[in-house]
Amino acid sequence: MNVLLDNLPLYLEAFFFGTIRLFVISAIGSLVLGTVLAAMRVSPMPVLRVFGAMYVNIVRNTPLTLVFFFFAFAYPRLDLIDVSYFVAACAALIVYTAAFVCEVIRSGVNTVPVGQAEAARALGFTFAQILGQIVMPQAFRAVVPPLTSIMIALLKNTTIAAGFSVFEAGGIYQNLSERGYDVLVGLLWVALFFLILVLPLTGLQRTLEKRWRVAA
Amino acid sequence: MKLRTLAVGLMVGALALTACGREGSPTTPAAPGGETAPEVSYPVATGVSLPDSPTFAKIQQRGRIVAGVRDDQPGLGFRDATTGEYAGFDVEIARMIAAGLGYGEDQIDYVVVPSAAREDTIERGDIDYMVGTYTINDTRKQRVSFAGPYYVAGQSVLVAADNTTITGKDTLQGQRVCSVTGSTPIQRVRDQGLTDQIVEFQTYSQCVDQLLAGQVDAVTTDDAILAGFASQRPDELKVVGEPFSQEPYGIGLNRDDSALRNKINDILQASYDDGTWQKAYDSTLGLSGTTASPPELQRY
Repeated sequence: MNVLLDNLPLYLEAFFFGTIRLFVISAIGSLVLGTVLAAMRVSPMPVLRVFGAMYVNIVRNTPLTLVFFFFAFAYPRLDLIDVSYFVAACAALIVYTAAFVCEVIRSGVNTVPVGQAEAARALGFTFAQILGQIVMPQAFRAVVPPLTSIMIALLKNTTIAAGFSVFEAGGIYQNLSERGYDVLVGLLWVALFFLILVLPLTGLQRTLEKRWRVAA
Repeated sequence: MKLRTLAVGLMVGALALTACGREGSPTTPAAPGGETAPEVSYPVATGVSLPDSPTFAKIQQRGRIVAGVRDDQPGLGFRDATTGEYAGFDVEIARMIAAGLGYGEDQIDYVVVPSAAREDTIERGDIDYMVGTYTINDTRKQRVSFAGPYYVAGQSVLVAADNTTITGKDTLQGQRVCSVTGSTPIQRVRDQGLTDQIVEFQTYSQCVDQLLAGQVDAVTTDDAILAGFASQRPDELKVVGEPFSQEPYGIGLNRDDSALRNKINDILQASYDDGTWQKAYDSTLGLSGTTASPPELQRY
C-alpha cells in the first residue's frame, strides 16, 4: 500500500496524462483509419483494394516496437513536419491498430448478405451510399466483441510508449526503482489500474450488444 | 553441372569471407576512439577462503563467477556486437575482483542488468556482484550493500560539437534535455528546474542518437558515461561544463554479505596501491583524455 500512497502523484499522472490520453486519441484515430481502410478493401476500385491489402499485410506483420522505433528514430531524420514524442506515439499506435480494426470491420462486412448490396445497387444507390447506409451499420453490429478485444489490446499496447519518451503507466516501474521502492508491488498496482480501465470497455461492449441485437 | 557450379561458387565465397574476417578484425576489443586497448592482466589469487560469505560459497559450488555489467556504455561497460566481448572500465574492475577471488577471465559469466533491475537481481542472488555505473546512495543501501567506491563521477552535459549556447547546467533552460526514463540525472534536472523540456528514453545510446538527429539539444548523466560517447564521435559530440553532482560508483552486493564486501574492498585497496587500478583506468576511460586517481574507500 505504501508504494501506491507514497507515489500517488506518479500513478495518477502516468494514467491520466499518459495512458488514458494516449488510449482515447489512438482509439478514435484507429477506428477512423481502420474504417477507411476497410472501405478501401471492399471498394470496386482495384487500386484502392491493392493499397488496402498492402497496408494491412505490411503493418500487421511489423512488431509494434518497430513501428515506434520508426516514429522515434527514423522519422525525425526524414526532415518532415516536426512532431512531439506524444504525437509520434499516437501516430504509431493508430497506424498499427488501424490494420487490425480494418480486418475486423471487413469480416463484419462479409456477414452482410451480398443480395442487400445488389438490391441497393438495383435501386440506384451509389457505392458510398450502399456502404454508409446499408452495409457498414450492419457490419459494425456484428463486430462489437472482436473490436472490443482490439481496443483492450490497444490500451495495453500504450505501455510501449514509455520507452519512447512518453510518460505513462509503462514507465512507472523505472521511476519506482530509482526511488528505491519494491518494483513488484508497484507493478501489481499498475495491473489493478489496468483492470479498472478495462471494465468500462467491457461494459460498453455489453450495452452495445444488447442495444443492437437483431430480433430473431 | 548446376550443382557443381553452385558448390564452387559457395567455396569461393566462403574463402573470400574468411579472408575478409581475418584482415579486418582487431585482436583485442577496440576501445572508444578506435585505438586498441593495451591488455591489463590481473594475477589470479589462489587459496581464497571466505567462510562467512554465503555468496562466495555459492561461487565455489558453481565454480564460476556471475558478474552483472552494462553493455551499452562505451568506455565503461560495452559489449562488442560482433565479437561478443565485454570491454570498459567497469568490466576491468569486474575482472580484477574475480581475479582477486581466485577466478580467471574464462571463469566469469557476464550478465547484462538494466538499471531498473539491479536491486532485484542482486537480492535474488542471480548475480554475485554488480559493476555498472552503480551510484552508492542511502535508498539503495536499504536493499543492497556496496564495496568501493572505485570511481567518482559527476553529472554533466553532452551536446553537439558545434553547439555554443549550452555551456553547462545553468544554460539548459528552454533546451530539450534527454536522459534515461526515471533515472537519477533526469529527476535532478526536474527537481532543480533546469529545463522543462524533458525527453526520456530507455538507454543513453538512444538519447545520443536523438542528439545526433537534432531532436534533443543535450544529453545529461554522469560525465564518465558521456565521455565514453564523446570519445566514440569526437567530431560530433562534446562534454561541457563542470560536473554538478557526486556519483561514487560502487560494487553492488548482497546486503547481508559483509565478508564479501570486506574482501572486495581489500582487493580494490590493493589495486589502488600497486597501480593496477590506474592501468585499468588508463586503458579504458583514460583514452578519452581525462585523468583520474583512485578514490577513498568507504568501509562501512
